[in-house]
Amino acid sequence: MIKNNIKYLVILALGLVACEPEFDNPIEESGNFTSGDADFSAYVALGNSLTAGFADGALYVTGQENSFPNILSKQFAIAGGGEFTQPLMSDNVGGFVEDAVNFPPRLVLAFDADGNPGPARFTGESPSTSISANLGSSFNNMGVPGARVYHLDFAGYATLNPYYGRFAQSPTATVVDEAVAQSPTFFSLWIGNNDILGYATSGGVGQDHNETGNVDPSTYSPAGLDITNNNVFAAAYSGLVAKLAANNTEGVLLNLPDVTSLPFFTTVPNNALVLDATQAASLTGFFQAVAGIVTAQVAGTGVPLEQAQALASQYAIAFNPGPNRFLLKTDVTATNPLGFRQMTEEELLLLTIDSAALAQGYGSVVLTPEVLQILGILQMGGTPTPEQGAMVIAAIDAIEDKDVLDSSELDAIGAARTAYNSTIASLASANGLAFYNVSRDLSQAANGGIPFDGGVITSDFVTGGGFSLDGVHPTPRAHALVTNGILDAIELTYGAKLPRVNPADFGTITVSNEVN
Amino acid sequence: MRKLLLLVLFVSVTMVTYAGGYRVSVQGQRAMAMGHTGVAVVNSAELVFFNPAGLVYLENKLNVSVGASGIFTDVIYQNENLGISSETDNSVGTPLNLYASYQLTDWMSIGLGVYTPYGSEVTWPTDWAGSQLVNNIDLAAIYIQPVVSFKLSDHFSIGGGPIYVTGSVNFNRNASRTTTDIDGVRSNITVDDSGVTNWGWSVGAMFNPTENFHLGFSYRSEIIIESEDGEATFANFPNSPAAPANGTTSFRAELPLPAELTVGLSYEYKKWLFAFDYNRQFWDVYESLDITFGNGQTSINPRNYKNSSVYRFGLQYDATEKITLRAGYYRDESPVQPGFFAPETPRNDSDGFSGGLSFAISSKLAIDASFFYLRFEEVDESYDFGDGGPFGGTYKSSAFAPGLGLTYKM
Repeated sequence: MIKNNIKYLVILALGLVACEPEFDNPIEESGNFTSGDADFSAYVALGNSLTAGFADGALYVTGQENSFPNILSKQFAIAGGGEFTQPLMSDNVGGFVEDAVNFPPRLVLAFDADGNPGPARFTGESPSTSISANLGSSFNNMGVPGARVYHLDFAGYATLNPYYGRFAQSPTATVVDEAVAQSPTFFSLWIGNNDILGYATSGGVGQDHNETGNVDPSTYSPAGLDITNNNVFAAAYSGLVAKLAANNTEGVLLNLPDVTSLPFFTTVPNNALVLDATQAASLTGFFQAVAGIVTAQVAGTGVPLEQAQALASQYAIAFNPGPNRFLLKTDVTATNPLGFRQMTEEELLLLTIDSAALAQGYGSVVLTPEVLQILGILQMGGTPTPEQGAMVIAAIDAIEDKDVLDSSELDAIGAARTAYNSTIASLASANGLAFYNVSRDLSQAANGGIPFDGGVITSDFVTGGGFSLDGVHPTPRAHALVTNGILDAIELTYGAKLPRVNPADFGTITVSNEVN
Repeated sequence: MRKLLLLVLFVSVTMVTYAGGYRVSVQGQRAMAMGHTGVAVVNSAELVFFNPAGLVYLENKLNVSVGASGIFTDVIYQNENLGISSETDNSVGTPLNLYASYQLTDWMSIGLGVYTPYGSEVTWPTDWAGSQLVNNIDLAAIYIQPVVSFKLSDHFSIGGGPIYVTGSVNFNRNASRTTTDIDGVRSNITVDDSGVTNWGWSVGAMFNPTENFHLGFSYRSEIIIESEDGEATFANFPNSPAAPANGTTSFRAELPLPAELTVGLSYEYKKWLFAFDYNRQFWDVYESLDITFGNGQTSINPRNYKNSSVYRFGLQYDATEKITLRAGYYRDESPVQPGFFAPETPRNDSDGFSGGLSFAISSKLAIDASFFYLRFEEVDESYDFGDGGPFGGTYKSSAFAPGLGLTYKM
């Protein structure tokens, strides 16, 4: 009887096992996902802050965890991908202990007493990452914030940039050599953004070396304010690809998005000088007065009156009720003796411009009681003294070059980007590498947005979901989009089949009022 | 006889019971073994639940049935586009039931039942892909019911009684797909309440055209569990006026325990008994799970359940004087509609297979054993109303429950 019972128990136990649910086509098994002709077992990512996962003006752990190479590596893992290591910072504060000025903590979205949101530096904890501590090994993610194309094969870069110094194996190591030393089977390279960006985010105060013809990057602005010469870019980039793609290592190249569509440049409108009818009339009157003063001054130097009037007429700027474009400081020339003009439609203001100053007259006129008094004299038909004329002209407060990308700067940026991207595309094609036109997707984000299951990703600052609080670097959600774009490119080139990520599962910006 | 037992076991194990939504149909070991039929089966004190009208026809003066089952459930999830998969932590539910009836006079019996017809216990891995909908839930409702049964004639009886419910809930989920504190720890909310009580009722009727043929009807009222004194815990929210404060607050929520109508029949032929039950479950009362928190936050979760039916078939065979064998099958329609498939109650249509036996230790005492297996087809479903767009994929569930009980009669 006991024997028989055991038999039943065995059957019962088998029944229990058979109860475990199982899919007809489990994703872990079978050939649902494949690497195609590619081999993801050792993936190394090279690039700058975008590859490193820099966001909100700092490098911190969750940003790194949401870097597109890290997300990509998890998708690769389903089709033979190996472990993916990153030089993680010590915390989610960002910045370095020793240098809070150059490497401050991350930005968070804080609310002021009136409930208005704005980016502010997180102060809830102190940075704990040491600027000098070396992590002691190379990593799969070799992204170095701040790196330009010629930095990746520059022996000595580790001593210039602590983000590389943190994990460089020697002071004379180079990023690309350390990447190759890991014997990668697959690489991603997204470099060149900073070769334009530093120029753009500083308002074009640096030099355009396509204009200067300077092809020696060691003489370029140490602060990274210059545009890299196109030939320098092409030579450095092809050198990197030659090293990385040696032995037919597969990889993906990413081109460079239009930096001027970043929220850093599109958030503050250039026509935010909003006036009512009285203010517009008053400002128009002011500049008629300026034109009059200039006419008098120029005519006083012996120039015929008509010629003086023609020259001065550029300052008789008419303002209308509603939005008006700001004034921009220019070089003082014979044809523009006061050195300012009104901005044109396509010119861009930087996110870092002092918006409080704008509200006080920066970009137009700072009207003091004294200036108003002189204007009164003018309106009564009186003639101001030269001192009074000078005081009126001094009240003009046009926007500084550092706060704006003017049309010539935009042209320089656009020309360099076009040349760089043509280099990247042709090198991808020449080496049989996958190529992701991320520029196209960013342009879509900036012009209407990219829809996903849970909404739309746009380039709008704070609310768009695509850009972190520094207005330049992507959010985790945008990194997810980039990941999907790379996966598309890899499937196209290598015949791989890989799962996508859902951008809705990735966050955007972080709110916190721990900002002092 | 051994062969037969083997066969019953085999059939029951290889084929597959339970019920849609958070209804848990394990209210008697003997009924369970017969596909949870019983509205027209005059067999034991389990009638307190299945049809109180039938109690007055029991042969013995005192009838007691107690039992417990261990429910092993498992749900797996995957999304082929995203290459992700998850599996619930194999939770074990242990519904208990206790029934007793006593014949006061030839025409009147009284009874008492304690049973747990509603509950749900699902534990997904914390922060899994659907964590904005549920991390884990533990829902239980205990029904305590006195009944009285009147014989109007040998052919017709009625019965019924009030139901006292005491319920509890513990439910945790993440605030959204992406909200975290500064360190990336997902913001989440737990609601917890117990001892939530309310009243309901049930009535039944039984018609016996012949001695061997019974027709039954029963109806159990809807009961709304209104939680007002529970505690909600907000955890890991960022420190910002834009986010709720961390800590505990009160909450209010309602959860309906739907009404259920059953009609059925049983027929005895020699050593055989056949039973059929039809259940209609009025799930349409479950339109939305709305939670209002004491801190001003609200959570609106459309459910839009529809009424559903269950078709149950049971068979009983008196193999020997001491051993009675049982088997059953049922088809359980899910009340969940497409687009409303929330992973806290991941049930689609299912087939239930059950079996069991009674062994009479003496003329007064018998051991009852039952088990059931619920077989679900895998289903591609989604919940379209949560944060960040639809959440869906392929789900497959299973449930298996062995149970043991005692029947005493005197």
